[in-house]
Amino acid sequence: MSEIKKFMYLNRRAPYGTIYAWESLEVVLIGAAFEQDVSLAFVDDGVYQIMKGQDTAEVGMKNFSPTYSALGDYEVTKLYVEKESLEERGLTIDDLMDLKWEDEDEDWAEKDSIILVSREELSQAMSEQDVVFSF
Amino acid sequence: MAIDVDGKSYETDEEGYLVNISDWVPGVAEVMAKEDDLELTDDHWEILNFLREYYEEYQIAPAVRVLTKAVGKKLGKEKGNSKYLYSLFPYGPGKQACRYAGLPKPTGCI
Repeated sequence: MSEIKKFMYLNRRAPYGTIYAWESLEVVLIGAAFEQDVSLAFVDDGVYQIMKGQDTAEVGMKNFSPTYSALGDYEVTKLYVEKESLEERGLTIDDLMDLKWEDEDEDWAEKDSIILVSREELSQAMSEQDVVFSF
Repeated sequence: MAIDVDGKSYETDEEGYLVNISDWVPGVAEVMAKEDDLELTDDHWEILNFLREYYEEYQIAPAVRVLTKAVGKKLGKEKGNSKYLYSLFPYGPGKQACRYAGLPKPTGCI
């Protein structure tokens, strides 16, 4: 395998109504097989993708929000959430799912996957990536 | 395509996976295994039940390396390795076991 690259998947859209959020998640899971340094970022309406208590009964789409909890199993452990995007929507981190990953090297200790960042910190993190996929 | 289980027909896709996960009954796994000349033992069922629980919780079929790790954590290290899983499901624990369990083809299976 060649050297490890930094991949960021940038999620900007609400989870349902379009296929972008689900497509992004599938690409992340498939891409995770390549053992690169993967992170996700949730900005703008993308923050709705990882909200608690999603119910899709009325919209006729599969509720795939439980799948975000599997990301840790796929060794995707960095989920950046932009603070300003939450604030602009009247949300706080408590409105988001409690996403964790388990550190195999520390006897499966549970650690938070969500990293709350400011717009400035996120743009800094983005500038350090080799590849940014925007969904 | 379709398979017949106890006189009832179940729709499958072109790779033999069940189209409707909610259709699944244990007989589906039995019939699929028989077509592969495989007899399902308790060890097989342990993995199949594990996969169904995994899908129930996360709404995806795990990639094989994720399955291996999760099995190791839940059922013990002696089972959480590809040698053990391949001994049960020689066509690949991801694809074959997921198919028997009524799950879609694993996400991240390339």
